[in-house]
Amino acid sequence: MPGPIQSIQRAAEVLKLLAHGGAHQLSVGEIARALDLAKPTVHGILRTLQEVGFVEQEVEGGKYRLGAALFQIGTSYLDGNELRAKALNWSDTLAMRAREAVRIGVMHGKHVLVVHHVFRPDNSRQTLDTGALLPWNATALGKALVAFGDNWPDGDLQAFTRHTLDPEQLHADMNVVRDRDWAYDLHELVEGEASVAAPIRDRRGVVVGAIGISGPVERLCDSPDLPPRLELVSYVREAARSVSRELGGLSW
Amino acid sequence: MAYIAAIDQGTTSSRCIVFDQAGGIVSVAQREHRQIFPKPGWVEHDASEIWTNVQAVVRDALSHASLSLGDIAAFGITNQRETTVVWDKATGEPVHNAIVWQDTRTDALIRQLGDQDRFRERSGLPLATYFSGPKLRWLLDNVEGLRARAERGEVLFGTMDTWLIWNLTGRHVTDVTNASRTMLMNLETLDWDQELVDAMDVPHEMLPEIRSSSEVYGTYEGVPVASALGDQQAALFGQTCFEPGEGKCTYGTGAFLLINTGDQPVHSQNGLLTTVGYKIGDEPAAYALEGAVAVTGALVQWFRDKIGLISSAAEIETLARTVDDNGGAYFVPAFSGLFAPHWRSDARGVIAGLTGYISRGHLARAVLEASAWQTREVVDAMNADSGVDLTTLRVDGGMTANNLLMQFLSDVLDVPVVRPIVAETTCLGAAYAAGLAVGYWSGTEELKANWHKAAEWEPSMEPAARARGYRKWKKAVERTVGWMDEDDD
Repeated sequence: MPGPIQSIQRAAEVLKLLAHGGAHQLSVGEIARALDLAKPTVHGILRTLQEVGFVEQEVEGGKYRLGAALFQIGTSYLDGNELRAKALNWSDTLAMRAREAVRIGVMHGKHVLVVHHVFRPDNSRQTLDTGALLPWNATALGKALVAFGDNWPDGDLQAFTRHTLDPEQLHADMNVVRDRDWAYDLHELVEGEASVAAPIRDRRGVVVGAIGISGPVERLCDSPDLPPRLELVSYVREAARSVSRELGGLSW
Repeated sequence: MAYIAAIDQGTTSSRCIVFDQAGGIVSVAQREHRQIFPKPGWVEHDASEIWTNVQAVVRDALSHASLSLGDIAAFGITNQRETTVVWDKATGEPVHNAIVWQDTRTDALIRQLGDQDRFRERSGLPLATYFSGPKLRWLLDNVEGLRARAERGEVLFGTMDTWLIWNLTGRHVTDVTNASRTMLMNLETLDWDQELVDAMDVPHEMLPEIRSSSEVYGTYEGVPVASALGDQQAALFGQTCFEPGEGKCTYGTGAFLLINTGDQPVHSQNGLLTTVGYKIGDEPAAYALEGAVAVTGALVQWFRDKIGLISSAAEIETLARTVDDNGGAYFVPAFSGLFAPHWRSDARGVIAGLTGYISRGHLARAVLEASAWQTREVVDAMNADSGVDLTTLRVDGGMTANNLLMQFLSDVLDVPVVRPIVAETTCLGAAYAAGLAVGYWSGTEELKANWHKAAEWEPSMEPAARARGYRKWKKAVERTVGWMDEDDD
């Protein structure tokens, strides 16, 4: 095994320094002083980092800051507010077609965070629940997110109704979700209610959120013990594809 | 199944959105065009680039949904208002870049034309750099030989609706809403006003014919081109504000509150504009009062592009939520003066209340709050002019995706804020007007049935906090006025 490569270590130090304080911008001299390195050395590191897009300058000869490419490869994290802005048109269209309330969720620790909510389009009194947390194991949104996520959220799974799946059933359901590319819940969170959701993917194909509808089983399903109607499923999947396209996750 | 395609020729981009009969979005395509800044305060667009982009987005929107022109029942047009272009009638080539609504180069000309209210009675507008007439006059005075060519009938004037309709159909027409922003049209007769045209010293030969907002102007590739509305009027139409007293506020680059005042123009005592809301075919025109705020979304863009603390407009909410309040900072974005209700072209932006405590999170808050406080000012003016207090604010536009802003807006107005299920009301309005003209929709009742509430924010701010915030905001606004001096460029 060769030892650590010094220039990569130094490049990492430079990036850490620039990252400290977010949009902080530093000159070559400031970085050299902070890291106790010669200016030409720092300059060489910055030029290379700039070529790959990890740092950038607003103006030629100006100060350096972290570059856009770094954020793009960094994590699968997508700002929830950004996701809402990109999804606005398609979540509206989904609500209109399905005639049901629409929610977009992202994983937040062990829960699903609602980042967007569109009212059921019947002008009835409804309350915005953007920012609310939902259990992942009893919602279509949560199942769609975890099925394609990196890991199984730890902690005990709460049973909300007699229909809430036990861990074994849930594992089996996850395989089905991965196969079909959509998820549903039937009486699993609230007796008499159902939900359908599909994953939203970014340009790397990573699942960054899920979009879905929810409502009473009488409206979503042909019968109380049958999965939601395929027509509704197709609306949900179409919306998920449209948002993914908006994020560059699918070509037209 | 047939669809309606709306072309939205906006300030930063051109878009085409295809709608179905329920008013649902089937397809979207968008292309940005260059913002040309030859000098501080000058903003131009290349009208040829815009026409190329419009053709491209129509093509893209159709292909995204696997549609052909045969599937389109009509095209509707909505556009950035007041932006002025003059082109050669024979070649179709613009004689100069289009002068954009934000452009302040006509400042000296405006001062020279005299009292701010000189044309208000006839045109409904205060003398300001904002409107098309002075921009046209600038072109006539500054493009060599243009006046002589205009008098010979060799060149044509238009706002962006006119430019697009001319390219699409070959006809030189404008719609009554766009014409109402030129400062050359008489609000009562809805025709060019000889006195206004003479005062602005514009050759009559170059002016387009004024038509209604909803009729077939001609065809493009066999498809009727059947509506034109200025963007804000289109949003009013898309929000189905067809009754007097109904209104909306659209949040884009700027913010525009419009209230339908029925078939009579109402003259404002409080710095609002009187404008035409829409005119469907041969029906009487519906007028509107308008409160125009120049900079709302543009401030977020500025914060992203020039300050660089965020990498997308939506991230402003994330940054703003890192703190609980503005920390005492107020940002008045009077970048090109103040529009309604102040109309001060000598104002420039300030950040007031700065202390060592203020962080970037506080600044992000102040940026968002500026949109809400500016709306509060125009709502107050609207309430004073109409004598009736607004009870609900209908909102639309891209910034309605910002929950923090929408909640704060409801807080400072102390009324519920409601977003309809199609946030793209500008395009929807153009589609509706076109669809009515070709019989795709039966009438305004059918359109009203399509309107549904998608989100609602309820006020939750303590009255004392609201009053204190508004007081500070007003003090910050006072600090912007009178900044520009005679010898400033």
